[in-house]
Order: sequence, then C-alpha cells, then structure tokens
Amino acid sequence: MSAVIDAHHHDDHAHGPAKGITRWLYTTNHKDIGSMYLWFSFIMFLAGGVMALVIRAELFQPGHSFVDPHFFNQMTTMHGLVMVFGAIMPAFVGLANWMLPMMVGAPDMALPRMNNLSFWILPFASLMLISTLFMEGGGPDFGWTMYAPLSTTYAPDSVTFMIFAIHLLGASSIMGAINIIATILNMRAPGMTLMKMPMFVWTWLITAYLLIAVMPVLAGAVTMMLFDIHFGTSFFDAAGGGDPVLFQHIFWFFGHPEVYIMILPAFGIVSHVIPAFSRKRLFGYDSMVYATSSIAFLSFIVWAHHMFTVGMPLAGQLFFMYATMLIAVPTGVKVFNWVSTMWQGSMTFETPMLFALAFVFLFTVGGFSGVMLAIAPADYQYHDTYFVVAHFHYVLVSGALFSIFCAVYYWLPKWTGFMYSEALGKLHFWLSFIGVNVAFFPMHFSGLAGMPRRIPDYALQFANFNAWSTVGAFIFGLSQLVFLYVVIKSIRGGQKATAQVWDGAEGLEWTVPSPAPYHTFSTPPVVK
Amino acid sequence: MSIATRFVPSGLLLFAVVALAVPASASSGWNMTPGVTEISRAIYDLHMLIFWICVAIGVVVFGAMLVSIILHRKSRGVTPATFHESTKLEIVWTLVPLGILIGMAIPATTVLVQMYDSGGEDMVVEVRGYQWRWQYKYLDDDLNEQISFFSNLSTPREQIRGQSEKGENYLLEVDNPLVIPINRKVRFLLTSNDVIHAWWVPDFALKRDAIPGFINEMWTIVEEPGIYRGQCAELCGIDHGFMPIVVYALPEDEYDAWYAEQLQLARVEDQLMERDWSEAELLARGEKVYGTHCVGCHQADGQGVPPVFPALAGNAMMTGDFDTHMEVVYHGRAGTAMQAFGPVLSPLDMASVMNYQRHAFGDAGSSKRAEAVKPKDIVSFAAAQ
Ligand code: HEM
Ligand SMILES: [Cu+2]
Repeated sequence: MSAVIDAHHHDDHAHGPAKGITRWLYTTNHKDIGSMYLWFSFIMFLAGGVMALVIRAELFQPGHSFVDPHFFNQMTTMHGLVMVFGAIMPAFVGLANWMLPMMVGAPDMALPRMNNLSFWILPFASLMLISTLFMEGGGPDFGWTMYAPLSTTYAPDSVTFMIFAIHLLGASSIMGAINIIATILNMRAPGMTLMKMPMFVWTWLITAYLLIAVMPVLAGAVTMMLFDIHFGTSFFDAAGGGDPVLFQHIFWFFGHPEVYIMILPAFGIVSHVIPAFSRKRLFGYDSMVYATSSIAFLSFIVWAHHMFTVGMPLAGQLFFMYATMLIAVPTGVKVFNWVSTMWQGSMTFETPMLFALAFVFLFTVGGFSGVMLAIAPADYQYHDTYFVVAHFHYVLVSGALFSIFCAVYYWLPKWTGFMYSEALGKLHFWLSFIGVNVAFFPMHFSGLAGMPRRIPDYALQFANFNAWSTVGAFIFGLSQLVFLYVVIKSIRGGQKATAQVWDGAEGLEWTVPSPAPYHTFSTPPVVK
Repeated sequence: MSIATRFVPSGLLLFAVVALAVPASASSGWNMTPGVTEISRAIYDLHMLIFWICVAIGVVVFGAMLVSIILHRKSRGVTPATFHESTKLEIVWTLVPLGILIGMAIPATTVLVQMYDSGGEDMVVEVRGYQWRWQYKYLDDDLNEQISFFSNLSTPREQIRGQSEKGENYLLEVDNPLVIPINRKVRFLLTSNDVIHAWWVPDFALKRDAIPGFINEMWTIVEEPGIYRGQCAELCGIDHGFMPIVVYALPEDEYDAWYAEQLQLARVEDQLMERDWSEAELLARGEKVYGTHCVGCHQADGQGVPPVFPALAGNAMMTGDFDTHMEVVYHGRAGTAMQAFGPVLSPLDMASVMNYQRHAFGDAGSSKRAEAVKPKDIVSFAAAQ
C-alpha cells in the first residue's frame, strides 16, 4: 500500500507552495503554518500591547484621566488573556513548527492536517475573545485569573463567549502539543538519540507534556464557571454550598505549569544562541535536561503559592513555600550553565546574542523576586501588589518575549534567505531593553511601597513610579515597530545569507540552504 | 441589633490632628514598611535578608557574566575553550543554593508559625467586605455584635475627576475608620458579602482574603498609636481601587472611652427610630446614604451606567408602587451587582434613602407625590419577610 502511494505522489514532493490564498488556508506545510503562527502572534502582541498602553496611559498620573474603571478592568483582563493565549503561546508554537522538523531531520510535522486545524482555530477563537469588548455590558472585567464569584455571579454576559474562546484556544494548544510530541518521538533522524536532541527540542517535548496535562484542567475550570452561570450549579457559589477557593485551586493547578509552558521553550532557545555566539559547546547538556525535567515536575506541586492569603492551614502554607523555593534550585542550575558556557568562550554580540544575554540577566532578576515571593510570610506583604506585577513581567517580557525576539533574529536568515539589518536589530534591542527596565523596575518599588495591582487610580505617593512605568511602556511599545520594520525588510531582500549563517551555530537546520526550501529532509540525514 | 454609627466623635478628631503632626507610620516610600508590630518587623527583616542574599548571588552571577563579556570576546582574539561539562560543578551549584534556601526557610518558618498563633485575643472584630466598602463589627465576649458600622471612601469625586486639588490622603481616607487599641491582641474575622476582597494594612503586615461563605482569621498587636492606611488587595469589581482601609490605633484608655461612647450612640440611635421624622429631615439624611451606598453604581445624577447599572432617573419604580421599590432595595436583584440592602441599612437609613430617591429621580416637587416612607414602614416590611 505504501509503495503505491509513494509512486503516486512522487512528483508532489518536488512542488512548491500553491498559489494565492489557498496556500494559506489549506496548507499542511510546517513552514507555512509556522509563519502563520508567528504573524498571528505578532498581531495579537500588538493588540495586547495597545491595551497595555491604555492601562499605562490611565495610570500615568493619579486621578481619572482617560478610561473609566469598568473599561480599565476590561483592559487588564483582556491584556493578560491576549498576551498569554494569543501572543506568547502561539509564538512558541510557531517557532516549534518552523524549527522542530528541521532540528530533528524530519520532512514535516507528524500530523500535518491537524497542524492546519490547530492554527486555523486560533484567529476565530481570538476574534471571539476580543469581540466581547464590544458586547452589551462590556467584556470580561475580572482579571485574567477569573476568580469566582466575580467571574460567575457578578460577571457581564459576555463571559460566556470568553469561556467558549478559551475552550477553543485550549483545544488548539492540545492539538499542537500532541503534534509536537508525535513529531519528536517518532520522526527523529536515525542516530539522534534522546540525549542528542537539541535543547529546543527537549524543552518543547517537556512543554508539550505540560500542555496536555493542564489545558484540560483549565477547560474544566471554565466549564464549571459556565455551569454555575447558566445551569444552576454552585461549584463556586458559597450560597449554594460551593467553594470560591476551589476555583483558585483548579485555576492555579493549570496556572503555575502554564507559566512554565511559557518559559521552558525560552530556555531551549537561549541554550542554542549562547553557545553559537560564544563559539563553545553548551555547558552541562545533561544537567540542563534534568533541570528542565525537575522544573516541569515541581511546577505541579507549587500552585498554591499564588494563594498564600486565602487562609490555608499552616501545614499547607509550609508545603507550598518549601516546594516553591525548591524550584529555584534547577532554575539556578540553568543560569549557572549558561554563564559557564560564556566563560572563556569567544563571544560576539549580534542581536540574537544581545537578547539572549538580556534574557539571562533579566530573567534572573525575575527569579530573585520569585524567591522573595515564595517566602509565605513576606508574600503577605507582596501579594497582589505591583511587586508581583514586576516579577511576572520580568520573567515573561524580558524572559519569554525576549527569547522569542532572540529566536526570530537567530533564525530569520534561515527563513528568508536574507540577513536582517544588524544596526536596526541592535536599535530594537536597546530600545526594548531600556523600555522594559524603565517600565517594570519601578513597579518593584511601587509594590513594596504598598500599591495594589489592578487599580485604575492610586494614592499620591505612588505617582513618580507610575509616571516612569508609563514612559518605559511607551518606549517599549513603540520600539516594536522597529522590529516589524526589520522583519519586513529582511523578507523583502538584503544581503544573501549563507547556509551556515552564524559561524558558531550547530544543528541540522544549518545544513540546509537559506532560505530553507519548501520541503526539507525528504530523505532523513544521519546523525553521528 | 445592628445599628450603624456614623459619627466620628470629637475626641477622635482631635487625636487625628495630633497624629497627623507626628506621622507614626514613617514609610520610606521605596521599600516595604517595617511597620508597627512585632510580626511586621519580623517580616521586614525577612524581606531584607532575602533581598541581600539575592543581591549577593546576583553579584557573583552577573559578575561572572560581565567578566566573560569583557574578557572573553572574539574582538580580543581569544580562542574559545572546549570544556563543556563538570559533574563536580553541577553538584556544587545544586547543593550550595539548596543550603542557602534552607537558611532562608528556617526564619521564614519561624515567623509563619508565630503568625498562626491566633489564640488568647483581647477582642474580636469582624471585617466584612462589600462591593465596595468595609463593614466592621465589634464582637463582645459572647461574640454578639455591639457596634457595627460601614467604612466608605471619603475622597470627594471632584478630586478623582481632577476638578479640585487632591488631598494628602487621596483615596486613602474613609468616613468611619476602624478603631482599635494598642498593646492588645485584636483578632480579626474576615468574610465577605459578595465577591472576594482582601483586607490589607501594610504597617501591620496583615493581608487576608475576605471570602463569601468562609471565615478567615488573623490577629495583630499594634505597638504605636497612629493612623494606618491600607487598601483592598483583591480585584473585586469596578470600584476595587476605591475601598481603602483606615485604622486608628488609640492608647488603651482612649480606646475604652471611644468604645463606651459608641455604645451610648448606638442606644441613642435606637431611640431616634421611635421619633417622628419630617420629610425634609429624611431627605437630608437620605442624600447622605445615597452618597455612600448607591452613587457608585447609579451615579449622582441617577443616570447609572446602563446596561450594567440601570438609571434611576425616569425609572418607573421611582414613581410607582412603594412595595416594589422596597422589595428591590431590601432584597437586591439576584445575579446582579444590586445587593440586598436589608441587612446593611438601618430602617431609618433605608426609609431616608428611598424618600431621597423618589424625590430626586421620581416626580420631584410634584404634588402627586405619595406620602413619605417612614422608618416604621420599613420595620413592618422587614417583619413580614
Ligand atoms: C524561581 C522561579 C520562580 C518562583 C520561585 C516564582 C514564584 C512566584 C510566586 C510565589 C508568585 C505568586 C506571587 C503572589 O501572587 O503573591 C508568582 C507569581 C507569578 N509568576 Fe512566578 N516564580 C518563578 C518563576 C516564574 C516564571 C519562570 C514565570 C513565567 C515565565 C512566572 C510567572 C509568574 C506569573 C505570571 C505570576 C503572577 C500571576 C498572577 O497573579 O497574575 N514566575 N511567582
Ligand atoms: Cu506560580
């Protein structure tokens, strides 16, 4: 049977993409789908960014300035949901689509049609999510964490659409994860044993398992919300015998692994870029794999560190405090390994490397505040203040997002066949680096000084910090237009890229020409 | 019987002036406040300890990075080394951080255990969160409430809208502050009437969620008299940013005097109910009640924020049947932000605010107006429920 198919489709293998719109609608090609994921996530990044700027504009000065508190709450909620489910996660899936098959020497993803489906769900789900803002009663206004009963009994009607959108986004993620696992486990080139897999492949493999484990939990949580809202159940309604805190337990059982879903692939990316530009092999490959696995395991038993103030018993507080502190150990191992990789290397500082170095530096800063937050008694003072906002933006913006920029600059020549403009890339880097720090560093101070998060107006002593944060946010936001320009310019043309692109880079993706042909590795390479 | 007391006695005002001149909570403005309790200082020390440990680790890690960036760069013509693993090093940088973490965990555990030791209190205050205000009830030895009152934001809307200059305690000021004595162990019981709120006063290092259907507890012993300010710390809806907390910590004798005065006032208010109220009196009182309880949603001009918060102006209910109006105010509207005010407002306040609403948004001034609603009507309505 397979012989027949082979013969029949023989000349299909040589053809390029279909013409016109159908190329994108029907495509099962991992590179096309990867590009669509990346463009989609960039659009969502801009949309979520505009919402962030609305928030920052309102907070520039104390007092009511532009938007009323109801709309403000919709902005914070939608900003969080769009950035997490629309920008960061799809961007990593896009990178996985583009790079995983090339890194393991496979011709495509294992399940190409499902790949098409998992992408095309996204635009519709996201459109539905964002459309809630225009519905009667306004969009979701209870924070991306959706705590009941604010998100159930007290929610605007549009919450139902948000729930459905989350179901769809979750289904898309699960399909993507299944596809990634199937590809990595079944389609590696001969000779590529597990412990020879590139780090990006390893981290994505583990991430995909996390996704499969926790996306159904989120689906369960929002389904219970749906039932409470429409079908008369009382899962989270104390008046009906339910438990509002149960929602938080379920949400964070998803939520904490979720934050690692957004950072493990980032670990993979910088584990490629730092060796390439240090011209030295990654230090401690094995320990990196073990550290990633332990982080993934630990991420399942720390969720209640988000809930230190809900009134858990002492034993519970202690358990979650110790477990959370423990995560710092494998995280530290990774940082030490990256620094040792640079040590006595021969470093150059092209844009990807700048982003990778900034990642190590600023992610570690976020890790420090993470350890502080892990200390339960101190968390009574930090919790739900801007200190937490500073923490997670350091790990997510200068962590996850910087790693995505890093990856795009690193692999862009392979995708387009042209070098990007190094000068503009560096401009983008420095503006982003300055913007991020001016925006988010003062939030540590406003938080410690006592400013709660998610408030549309604040007491006068927080005014200076907030003014700085707003200035930084606008610098950061506007500098992303430079990024857009650099990418478009490099698609249009420029200096031709070689197959190797970076002299220190290693891996199968650098053995194919630049731009990578529409079909690569139709016959698998052999890995020694 | 729950009677709201709404007058800050003059002695307290005097004290406030003195306390303002000598600010007790000297917040540095950049860092966590050390606060004014044993626990808050312990937490501050913990915070600084961990901060400095992080700084030290940062100096080592970022220092090594910086050295590499400066010395080990290609432009200096270095050839890269080839080492790429060392089990010994991996073990070292697993065990050393583990040791440091254990060093942090020990003091953290000690403080936590201390915070959980909530027995032996001298008094109990129930803190109840509402959208968007706090209610404080002082429970006596048999845990019956004696004094109970609401604490609302008192910053004028003009300041928020930028129509007048913002005061020093902008958004951190309330009409009726919580009053507690210093040097006594005060135990707080927290719960909520609607969504989850969180009660937080940084100077006491107390933050705990107020959850509907649940009772959380925490305690404090404040050591210095003063005025301490905090805010709701859990997103609780539109006016989450506008439900601050103000605590007056008084010397014991002053507190005892205040408490006695409040008990007295509560009794007087009971008698007020019996009196015959003129319509003008009710309207004046009703305007105040409207300003604290209704204006957040229905707005000062009664236009609301449709469709979430319906307009009262021109609403048929304002001119219609008195019982329907009472029904909604007393029981609220299930599933919406309109809460049941029956348990919240005294009959006197409910009668006043209904009169005010009907007067301001109904057929104001017209001679068709029905007779005023009297507190006694509310009492009989409540009895029939
Ligand atoms: C050393 C590692 C880390 C530790 C010990 C840590 C610890 C914590 C703790 C204790 C909180 C709860 C704070 C509170 O609400 O009071 C928190 C919040 C958060 N962390 Fe981390 N964290 C770490 C790394 C990360 C990473 C890698 C990410 C994501 C890439 C992340 C994302 C977040 C987010 C999104 C929140 C806030 C969620 C919300 O409430 O909206 N953290 N972290
Ligand atoms: Cu977490």
